[in-house]
Amino acid sequence: MPSIAKPLVGHPSLAKNAIGLTIRDYEGTMSTLCAGCGHDSITAAIIKALWELSTPPHRLAKMSGIGCSSKTPTYFVSGAHGFNSAHGRMPAIATGASAANRELTYVGVSGDGDSLSIGIGHLCHAIRRNLNMLYVLENNGVYGLTKGQFSASTDVGSKSKKGEANVMSPIDPIQLALSIGATFVARSFSGDKEQLIPILKAAIAHRGFALVDVISPCVTFNDHEGSTKSYKYSRGATHAATESDFVPPATEIVGSIGPVGSTSIRMHDGSVLNFTRVPDNYDVTDRAAAVKYLREHPGQIVTGVLFADEGVPDMHEMAGSPQTALVNVPFDKLCPGSAALERLMGSFR
Amino acid sequence: MHASDTSNPDYFHKVVDCQWACPAHTNVPEYIRLIAQGRFTDAYMLNRESNVFPAVLGRTCDRPCEPACRRSRLPSPSGEETPVAICRLKRVASDHKGDISERLPKAPAVKNGKRIACIGAGPSSLTVANDLMPHGYSITILERYDKPGGLMRTNIPSFRLPEQVLADEVNSILDMGVDIRYNTPATSMKAILDEGFDAIFVGSGAPRGKDLDLPGRNESDRIHIGIDWLGGLAFGHIDKIGEKVLIIGVGNTAMDCCRSSRRLGGKDVKVMARRPRAYFKASPWELEDAEEENIEIVINHAPKRFVIENGVLTGMEFERLEWDAEAKKSTVIDTVILPCDDVILAIGQDNAFPWIEHDLGIEFDKWGMPKVDQTTFECTRPGIFFGGDAAWGPKNIIWAVEHGHQAAISIDNHCQGVSVAERLGFGINLISQKMGLSEWSYHNDYNPASRQKMKHVDLVQRFEDLHVEVELGFTAEQTAREVQRCLNCDVQTVFKAAKCIECDACIDICPLSCLTITKDGPEDEMRLRLSAPATNITQELFASDPLPHTGRLMMKDEDLCVHCGLCAERCPTAAWDMQKSQLNINYAGQASTKLELTHA
Ligand SMILES: Cc1cc2nc3c(=O)[nH]c(=O)nc-3n(C[C@H](O)[C@H](O)[C@H](O)COP(=O)(O)OP(=O)(O)OC[C@H]3O[C@@H](n4cnc5c(N)ncnc54)[C@H](O)[C@@H]3O)c2cc1C
Ligand SMILES: Cc1ncc(C[n+]2csc(CCOP(=O)(O)OP(=O)(O)O)c2C)c(N)n1
Ligand code: SF4
Ligand code: SF4
Ligand code: SF4
Ligand SMILES: [Mg+2]
Repeated sequence: MPSIAKPLVGHPSLAKNAIGLTIRDYEGTMSTLCAGCGHDSITAAIIKALWELSTPPHRLAKMSGIGCSSKTPTYFVSGAHGFNSAHGRMPAIATGASAANRELTYVGVSGDGDSLSIGIGHLCHAIRRNLNMLYVLENNGVYGLTKGQFSASTDVGSKSKKGEANVMSPIDPIQLALSIGATFVARSFSGDKEQLIPILKAAIAHRGFALVDVISPCVTFNDHEGSTKSYKYSRGATHAATESDFVPPATEIVGSIGPVGSTSIRMHDGSVLNFTRVPDNYDVTDRAAAVKYLREHPGQIVTGVLFADEGVPDMHEMAGSPQTALVNVPFDKLCPGSAALERLMGSFR
Repeated sequence: MHASDTSNPDYFHKVVDCQWACPAHTNVPEYIRLIAQGRFTDAYMLNRESNVFPAVLGRTCDRPCEPACRRSRLPSPSGEETPVAICRLKRVASDHKGDISERLPKAPAVKNGKRIACIGAGPSSLTVANDLMPHGYSITILERYDKPGGLMRTNIPSFRLPEQVLADEVNSILDMGVDIRYNTPATSMKAILDEGFDAIFVGSGAPRGKDLDLPGRNESDRIHIGIDWLGGLAFGHIDKIGEKVLIIGVGNTAMDCCRSSRRLGGKDVKVMARRPRAYFKASPWELEDAEEENIEIVINHAPKRFVIENGVLTGMEFERLEWDAEAKKSTVIDTVILPCDDVILAIGQDNAFPWIEHDLGIEFDKWGMPKVDQTTFECTRPGIFFGGDAAWGPKNIIWAVEHGHQAAISIDNHCQGVSVAERLGFGINLISQKMGLSEWSYHNDYNPASRQKMKHVDLVQRFEDLHVEVELGFTAEQTAREVQRCLNCDVQTVFKAAKCIECDACIDICPLSCLTITKDGPEDEMRLRLSAPATNITQELFASDPLPHTGRLMMKDEDLCVHCGLCAERCPTAAWDMQKSQLNINYAGQASTKLELTHA
């Protein structure tokens, strides 16, 4: 725990975003994580992404479960709503929250333990429902909060701090998500904000569930020689499959600035995800190609936006739920009274 | 970029903006921390080491440290951020110090046999005596007046600097056994040389006030030369002035003349300036103090003639000027006559060395100034040194002190047979401030308090007696607040590239966006692609050695670092550490000490 809160004084060049806020307005309280934790770096990337998108703090909902990673929503956007749920239950709570208020921007933060062990079922169903949220999986290959046990994402052969090698095969959240129909799948590294920030922005703009798996070294329990999730190993093993940039709706002027890269995907809100580089024979909208590419690069941490499909309806579209948050639905419509209930019940008889 | 050479003492010295700007390199942040701890005597003694006259300077210093203070560059929610009140905190140390007699330098019982003459008893000569007496030198000061202190005594009015405050500090030097000959103007350098001194220091100042040769100048005795007039006041020869007073010039002397006039009966006192306010020599705070006393500062007026009617000065005629944008060229609009009873000329000082014969090997330049070496302060005749205002014209007390320190080193070398050019320069010690996890031995939090305003004696009371000191000093509460404004710039961020794992923690936490890990490049290009643009090129851009994992560089823009230590706290490998830099300043005595050691 740092000795002091981050002083409020900031650099005079601090810019304001479209809603008049500086990046400092998107900070949270001081992190209590270990100094050097990859999670803190991701927090900084989320702050930057939300500031750049000019997301109004009070229109943001931060969701999480249990774990060091799940503690981090406290460390960004103090002015937002938030729910720190039970272990692994974040997707379920987020589903409920979104059902009630579809107008908020949902950012969920989870860990590899929270997501791939206790919460794996909830994660799968949120993906199936195409729940409209950014789901950041801060992947350090251990249960950090409980002092470094192997998690379900630990690679075979990766060593614990005491030197024991893991023997069980890992669950790759990306391949899992692709196999059950995820509509936006990306991977990055906490130590590469240049890549991570545009990915986070695109993921927030995405219509539906966006899974961003971020390799995030645990500096205390999994940053040693022999670990495949250390800073050193991760830097050496990352392989950027795609390179992309995110162009928000306001700045895109079709015609004058054409798409830079080989492919571009128009996001639901009018923004554009420009791919400045994708491998030959790789189509970011082709699910099978993404899986194939991952399989062809074993032992490497393949990063970038790996798959995106803007054409799939999200949970609300599938359910045909009201266009607005339930708070904005007039009370007599929300609760039409016993006569209406009688009619409804009658229709089932 | 080349990796920054932080082993060069200048690197970290420069980060301590105030200490770097102080001619005598006073260890400002350290004395401010000592004050914060209530250690006033220690704070005073630390000051005395480098600036010799803390109580005097705490009231009068030109304070080049304050405009340099890092704090003044930070943005502030309440408008403009102001520097730490460095100067007035010096006064706090002296106001509350305890008995220092045991801690003052003392002359040894046995003299070293070397005799030094100092001309003039101003701050430069006194510093020479202060530095050399403890090493066994015999110092003789020749002073034309009957009191020591130089312009500090004769020209700085007692409402700014009480006589006793000055006397205490001057006596702490003289009491070491300095042989001071009062009422002894030097009239011949040759005669002094004939006395067989081992070295001579000329600290006679710039004693001649500039005159203004305009029509009417010699037709009235109510036209005064500022520094002489102030001298007359200090020695009690002058005790009144007319109701209407015009001060010509707008420098430090003018400020003291106008404020003194208000105390001697001047009711309508005007300071007449040729140029617009932005070009004044007086400091903003001096102008403020004058205006607080209802003195009018009139700009764009050039003196033309003295108006004398029936042998009596009745006014002065001025040309009203209009200046171009940079105040370089002016055009005359018209002329005006301002009525007055007295005029005080405060337009500068000249040096004068009529007593130095020209056949002694002491060369002068075409302006009549001695040729003096910038480092050794020696003139063209070995063994004769110049310092203070006598060396390169009028400066200020703190420069006079620094000249004294440097000249004393040369004199020591000269007398011990060491080349005067042999000087040790600075050294620096770095001491880690880490006490434990997230625990530092200094107060690392940033305090948003604004600068404390010095309270002044009310206007009626201060005019009752010429000697009422205007500034009241800081209250305990004000001191407590002001000390916390200092950013502890001497607690340095020290980086070890080999330890960095590039986790970004330091970059993310830094409140002032000082840090960046990035690819190497040319400095001016890199300055623009950092976490925040590093546009203040007077401030160092730190570049590390290539980092082990990626070969990129850790960069730090020193400009706005608030020395909060968060980078070091969040660094998992202690690649960053907060280390206090202690500048080692060398004073006279190295040559003597070396000699003593070889004899022992
Ligand atoms: C009105 C006024 C106000 C000032 N206010 C400030 C201020 O607030 N802060 C600041 O930092 N500086 C101020 N200064 C400047 C500062 O006082 C001088 O820069 C400083 O005192 C110079 O020190 P010095 O040792 O060179 O000589 P001085 O202080 O000038 O001392 C020279 C001494 O030599 C003596 N002397 C001269 N000729 C001879 C001779 N032939 N034989 C024997 N003795 C001789 C003089 O009587 C004097 O005592 C002010 C100056 C003036 C004129
Ligand atoms: C129901 C329940 N079971 C077990 C735990 C113990 N527990 C706390 S955190 C955690 C794992 C966290 O791992 P991960 O999600 O990877 O987070 P990290 O700390 O590594 O960021 C476990 C098992 C719990 N809090 N609640
Ligand atoms: S903040 Fe303190 S140490 Fe830094 S320049 Fe100002 S007075 Fe000096
Ligand atoms: S001490 Fe470190 S964190 Fe604090 S302002 Fe300076 S560089 Fe930034
Ligand atoms: S916190 Fe330490 S290890 Fe991490 S990037 Fe900064 S200096 Fe390097
Ligand atoms: Mg984990």
